[in-house]
Amino acid sequence: MNESARVFPDAARRVQLMATCLCDAFYDDVARATVEVLEFLGCTVEFPDGQTCCGQPAFNGGDWPSSRRVVRHAMRAFAGDVPVVVPSASCAAMARHGALLAFENEGDQGDQGDQGDQSEIRALGRRTWELADFIVHALGVTTWPGRYEARVALHRACHARGTRSSEAMQTLLGSIAGLTIVPVGEGEQCCGFGGTFSVSFPNISSSMGALKLEHIRAARPDILVSGDMSCLMHLCGLAGKAGEPIKGLHFVQLLRDALQNNGVL
Amino acid sequence: MATQPIDQFAKRLHPDTKAAVYDGSKQGHDKRTQVLFDHFPDPDRLRRIAGEIKQHVVENLDTYLPQVEARLQAHGVTVHWAATAEAANAAVLAIMRSRGATRMVKSKTMVSEETGLGPFLEKNGIECVETDLGEFIVQIDHDQPSHIVKPIIHKNRRQIAASFERHGLGAYDDDPQTITRRARQHLRGKYLAADVGLTGANFVSAESGRLVVVTNEGNSRFCLAAPACHIAMVGIEKILPRDRDLGLFLNLLARSGTGQQLTVYTEFISGPRSPGQPDGPEEMHVIFVDNGRTDVLASSCRDILRCIRCGACLNVCPVYRQASGHAYRSVYPGPVGAVLSPLLAGEDFATLADLPRASTLCGACHEVCPVDIPIPDLLLRLRDRAKQEGVPSPGTPPMGVWALLASRPAAWRAALFGGKLINHLPVTLVPVPALRSWAGNHALPEWRGGAFRTWLKDRRTK
Repeated sequence: MNESARVFPDAARRVQLMATCLCDAFYDDVARATVEVLEFLGCTVEFPDGQTCCGQPAFNGGDWPSSRRVVRHAMRAFAGDVPVVVPSASCAAMARHGALLAFENEGDQGDQGDQGDQSEIRALGRRTWELADFIVHALGVTTWPGRYEARVALHRACHARGTRSSEAMQTLLGSIAGLTIVPVGEGEQCCGFGGTFSVSFPNISSSMGALKLEHIRAARPDILVSGDMSCLMHLCGLAGKAGEPIKGLHFVQLLRDALQNNGVL
Repeated sequence: MATQPIDQFAKRLHPDTKAAVYDGSKQGHDKRTQVLFDHFPDPDRLRRIAGEIKQHVVENLDTYLPQVEARLQAHGVTVHWAATAEAANAAVLAIMRSRGATRMVKSKTMVSEETGLGPFLEKNGIECVETDLGEFIVQIDHDQPSHIVKPIIHKNRRQIAASFERHGLGAYDDDPQTITRRARQHLRGKYLAADVGLTGANFVSAESGRLVVVTNEGNSRFCLAAPACHIAMVGIEKILPRDRDLGLFLNLLARSGTGQQLTVYTEFISGPRSPGQPDGPEEMHVIFVDNGRTDVLASSCRDILRCIRCGACLNVCPVYRQASGHAYRSVYPGPVGAVLSPLLAGEDFATLADLPRASTLCGACHEVCPVDIPIPDLLLRLRDRAKQEGVPSPGTPPMGVWALLASRPAAWRAALFGGKLINHLPVTLVPVPALRSWAGNHALPEWRGGAFRTWLKDRRTK
């Protein structure tokens, strides 16, 4: 998607928060941290109460009619014209790219009422920002005024591949006093989650995860950090089941905690 | 819970095979990255340009193919068109018979793997010797290639030494130089005795009608030099518009495929021997093979026809690394195979419809592709097609109930709060098979459905 076509926040910095289904069900603290960090940056955070999921599980699973049903709902839930901010590169990619693909054969007439035409989807895509990308490239924040004493391994989610999100995350975390980002081997390799893939390919999925964990452990981090809870749910889940738990945090939790550690928040 | 065939294959894979595939593909990827980024400041730009050129070719094949035919004919080449694998093989056999030929030496070509040419010729009483070392080993082992560029990536040198011993090529010796020397010695006699040499083509220039064949072992050069007749079997998508496009494509192919700046041998073939030339084949045939390609062209996955068979997507693919090429049950494995193989299967699409599912959609294949094919998008389209055609997909969780909940906010909120039950149930009693399966190798996070919404509401009312 053309970066220049994106919708930037206005002077009042109003945004809609897409909390993601995973944070809605499991990781409420990540959604809380997102609100706190965005408010710290002067944003007015709206939470459209009707939101559910971005539609990706069924899209990746090959059930596009089910996915379209959920995407249509998301379009209704996130109606308006302010930026939508989401603490997940994966959900952002679904809104910006996957949803268009899911509707590619549904016509672009714009007169299908509830059918959710492509131009509406494109408009939502242009408004949707992954959180780190939003903080750095929409709000122009490139240093973070907090402190956090830790060695962190940064796991780049695959949906951040080729986007500006991982670079943005590096920029923000790299500027936190006391924090060291340790390099992890084979960073371009996937953790093996892949949504429904992890269920229908349990053996390959967990082998990929084990390999990723091996590289992470070799870097001896205190915390594993990612911008996507799905990767962390997979990796921390595997590590926990193997009896060698690792601490995983979303990068926004780190941003929030860094502010608290410095007494700024 | 049922799982996918490729996952089951990976589970049964011998540790030696798994190690050979993993090491070979990782090494291939690392070399590619190094040589590409060492030499070009912005290789991604090159990939995009190459992708646009190939897409242009694919969308204008109807113009380019007659142009190529005319150029080739002007050079004295006989051009054949084969709609199917059977027709392609029959064309080769007819040429052999017309010359009373019984012996063929063959350099590596994927399209001949597709048509099953070797076994077909053997059945018809023709000796067909693979001269690429990897393909030669596949042939003597009655094995299948498991990689587009490195056919025996799944074997280690001890296994290869044992194959040579079995085939009467000397006592067991796993020194790579000895193995290569023995193959070389054996193949020399075959080249000299052969009536026909068969090659593929990596590129065909529409401008000049030139065929380009790249190898590292020089075997294609021998296939062209010794026999009196040269047959090239070429997929119809192998065309480039102009000779000067080769500069870009040869650079990208060698770097992406083997991490080389240029392959050791690059042949440019314009036709059979001309009157003034001291050697070379007196007769030359080019067989253009469709074998399902025009159907792919008509589909929503036509971008896959850009593929130049470099194997970079295999090398980087985490699923290929775990499962090996044989897991894909087809000539083309890995990400490109997961798209191409079910499409080329035609009416048998359903038998390979599980292949597009063998991906986390991580996008590494797209990122390394020298012709910028959006492989994940194509995999997704094929998943959708399989579902629409009612092909069962073992282990894939049904999405109907989820879609119902996720499009009704009240039901969604109720499920969020109600889901807390799973914190108190033994996982074997949870009525969601996918979750039970997930819990088999993962510690489950605590269900905290709705906690964020409650926090937000409390905060706003304060």
